[in-house]
Amino acid sequence: MKKIICECGHENPEGTTLCEKCGSPLTEEEKSKKLADMRYEGTAIRSKTYNKTIIDKIWNFFSSVKVGVAIIIITLVAAGIGTFLPQVIYVSLTEYQDAAAAYKAAYGTFGSIYYKLGLADIYSSWWFQTLIGMLGISIIVASLDRGIPLYKSLKNQRVKRHENFLKRQRIFASGEMSAEEADKAFDLTEAKMKEMKYNVRREEGALLAEKGRFARWGPYINHVGLIIFLFGVMLRLMPGFYIDKTLWIREGETMAIPGMEGFYLESKKFTFETYSKDEQKEEFNESKKAVNAVAKNYQTDVKLFKAPDDAVPGDTSNLTLVKEMPIIVNKPLKYDGYALYQMDFRLNELKTMHFDLIDKKSEKSLGSVAIDLTNPEKEYKVGKDSKVVLKKYFPDFAGFEDGEPQTASPLPNNPAFIFVMYTPETPKGETSFVAIKQTLEPLGTTKYKMKFSAVDTRNVSGLTVRKDKTLMILMLGGIVFMLGVTIGSYWSHRRLWLLKTKDGRLLMASHTNKNWFSMKKDLDAVTEYAHLPVYVDQHDEDQKAEDAEKKSKDKEKEGDNI
Amino acid sequence: MSLIDLSGNLLFVAFVAYLIATLLFGGAVKGGSKGESADAGKKWGSLAIIITLVGFIANLGYFITRWVYAGHAPVSNMFEFTTAFGMFVVGAFILIYFIYKVPALGLFALPIAIIIIAYASMFPREVNPLIPALKSYWLYIHVITAAIGESILAISAVAGLIYLLKNIDLTKRSKESFWIEVVMYALILVLGFVAVTTTFNVTGYEAEFSYIDKDGNTKEITYNTPALFGMHQSELLTADKMEPIANVPAIVNAKKLTTVVWSILIGTVLYGIIRLIIRKPIAVIMQPFAKRANSQLMDEIGYRSVLIGFPVFTLGALIFAMIWAQEAWSRFWGWDPKEVWALITWLFYAAFLHLRLSKGWQGKKSAWLAVIGFVIIMFNLVAVNLIIAGLHSYAG
Ligand code: HEM
Repeated sequence: MKKIICECGHENPEGTTLCEKCGSPLTEEEKSKKLADMRYEGTAIRSKTYNKTIIDKIWNFFSSVKVGVAIIIITLVAAGIGTFLPQVIYVSLTEYQDAAAAYKAAYGTFGSIYYKLGLADIYSSWWFQTLIGMLGISIIVASLDRGIPLYKSLKNQRVKRHENFLKRQRIFASGEMSAEEADKAFDLTEAKMKEMKYNVRREEGALLAEKGRFARWGPYINHVGLIIFLFGVMLRLMPGFYIDKTLWIREGETMAIPGMEGFYLESKKFTFETYSKDEQKEEFNESKKAVNAVAKNYQTDVKLFKAPDDAVPGDTSNLTLVKEMPIIVNKPLKYDGYALYQMDFRLNELKTMHFDLIDKKSEKSLGSVAIDLTNPEKEYKVGKDSKVVLKKYFPDFAGFEDGEPQTASPLPNNPAFIFVMYTPETPKGETSFVAIKQTLEPLGTTKYKMKFSAVDTRNVSGLTVRKDKTLMILMLGGIVFMLGVTIGSYWSHRRLWLLKTKDGRLLMASHTNKNWFSMKKDLDAVTEYAHLPVYVDQHDEDQKAEDAEKKSKDKEKEGDNI
Repeated sequence: MSLIDLSGNLLFVAFVAYLIATLLFGGAVKGGSKGESADAGKKWGSLAIIITLVGFIANLGYFITRWVYAGHAPVSNMFEFTTAFGMFVVGAFILIYFIYKVPALGLFALPIAIIIIAYASMFPREVNPLIPALKSYWLYIHVITAAIGESILAISAVAGLIYLLKNIDLTKRSKESFWIEVVMYALILVLGFVAVTTTFNVTGYEAEFSYIDKDGNTKEITYNTPALFGMHQSELLTADKMEPIANVPAIVNAKKLTTVVWSILIGTVLYGIIRLIIRKPIAVIMQPFAKRANSQLMDEIGYRSVLIGFPVFTLGALIFAMIWAQEAWSRFWGWDPKEVWALITWLFYAAFLHLRLSKGWQGKKSAWLAVIGFVIIMFNLVAVNLIIAGLHSYAG
């Protein structure tokens, strides 16, 4: 490795721009700058030093802040494009044959193109995920690239720096001073800076006061937080870390919970409430119109059961009650890393239908039958010596196809039945097709019929079953990020250097990574207390402009005088 | 006086106080410059900040009394949220003012807060009962923290604006002088919105329409401004009211579109009148107020307010939001438009912070970025809430 040897004799690794020991500029480029580039203390940064092999090139690509910003901006724009139209997960597809048709119908040609370009599912597209991946890589590479040398350099900081280093700081002061005066100034400075909670180190003819160095690690800590977070998000793709199931459960039912083995849930009751009118603070309702019913509460009262560990799946004989509570929106049931959420509902689903078996002529009833629509029996006894056989059951009758009745779904939305009625009078049985509002007698007119008498309904709750083992990791990422970003934003790394030169001057310079305003307050305090020379901010354009203006005015005046 | 009336009056007091304080800050900025002693400027300045504080306390009073009356934090509809945002902008300004003591900030920050509150007052003020999804402490912690973060970020735009007004040469035609005037024009447009809504509210304009919505259902809607655009297949039900010029497809809310177009029309007319009277770009009139500000300091305030606001925004708009979403929707992130726009805002400010690491991005470029950041925040508030409906959309 090539070494760069500074005027002071110190050997610096290749790529260093400010001598590790004295701070003098080492490269031509650095020398040409009026102010020292202090961002990474002038240390050798890998990406700025090597650019030969393909690995160097890849490393340099990802460590570049410009590239990092570009990735952030591209991600941002892509994310924005994804909000032009609702994403496919938020579009109801029930009325259309597929998503493409839904977008075309709702948003016309634009919608069609949007869908075809894959923008309707942009966030799960390979390229969007690649962008996020590149963001992660870039954060890691850039942090290693700069963090390590920065750490080394700050750790090995010298007190005494070269005059060239001080002069090239943004804040600089220089004044003639006798040796005694200078020593006194050093003592006073030390006292004052200590009072302001700076760490002060002194060497022969030099002083370094430093405060808040840890603030320099803020960005690196927050980047670690981001990486932990992204790692957590990636983990969800692993089996077992993430479960997302839906459970539709009817009042009175006990069901195995999908994804949560050995657990059963009983729904006791689903409640849907709306606000009554007087709850709506009408006196302040400017639009005095009848207010629409506003939903107040969705709630499922449940019992959570656990089966014994050795139970066969589906065996519900020995359940133990674990928890009994309502599941409310915003108040999920949580147990053992699982959570059950109130997400959806169906009101008044048909539960039981009641029929009377009657003699058509006399209208006399032989007895009644109650059919559980989710769990119908094969045969129902009626009175002493009659029975009705349920030959076929269509829970969601959708008309006939080729003479055969069809069901659209297993949900009892529109039940239809084929009954065979056996009575002492008709021992061979009479067949009848019964649906809501229609009765057919396919095998000729019958003597008896099933007359609809009543229906019981119940509510169905749509619950989401969720397990997310990554939540803890994501939370950790969030906390680390917040910690880092707070440290990096609310604290700053402040330094002040004093140097006594051989020719009787006292030099003062100062640097902070941010918040120059507060730094200057500290400087004002110490300058006054320790009688240091007056400093200038070599970066203040306004001041420069004003100075220039003053000078030219002074010149004019001089001109006048002549 | 009932609690809710008291609340309304306190808000009014705050509004007036902010107006007065703006004028005083104007005095403070001008004061020192016109040969008067610097002390005079200081006096104006301290009076201005006292009045601002009085206004802010009244504003907090509004917030608290309304909270007590409604039984939930008053950030649950557009009126409440926008008003709270205006209040937080003043709060953020006070915070930054006590660090940097620059009166010019007040002169520009307070009018922005005033415009936001005026904008808020155009929405229905009723106290809404909460729908189940909104019944969560996390939601309120999330919304309030996010709004505070955004308002601190907004102060960086104020500093940026002052920086730009000071440093852009308005005597020359350039991209910069054009865009800074566009910013002025945009502010006037908001006033246009306030003017339109107030005028038609005062005159009590109401026109009923029936229309067919996206799912094919027939619905009714009441316009409070003469309809420029009709809803999908709309029919006018009220006699003697203006027929819409055109009907729009079902996915567009023509009522909101109409309000937007009216605001732009009236705002443009307003802008035209102002230009006719002053015969100069508005930026030129504003420039003297910025001239005495120190560029270096403005640049630093712009950067510092992003630094202060960014962690708060992250906590509120992303972390608390995710915690709430996990409780309410069973997933901490769902790519809902509001969530995405919070992410966009966050990414934007992350980009801002990183760009500042590179040379040449301080000063003007940075100031422009701060202004763009504010545009994104306002887009979140206005467009995402009103136009791109999502889970959080208050206006419905
Ligand atoms: C969304 C993702 C990111 C966030 C939220 C983030 C956040 C931050 C923050 C808050 C700072 C401190 C800035 C300041 O104090 O002014 C910072 C500094 C930094 N970031 Fe990032 N960052 C992200 C991505 C990246 C990427 C992709 C790179 C890759 C080039 C990167 C490289 C850096 C560097 C080099 C610093 C300066 C470190 C120092 O001052 O020592 N960051 N980042």
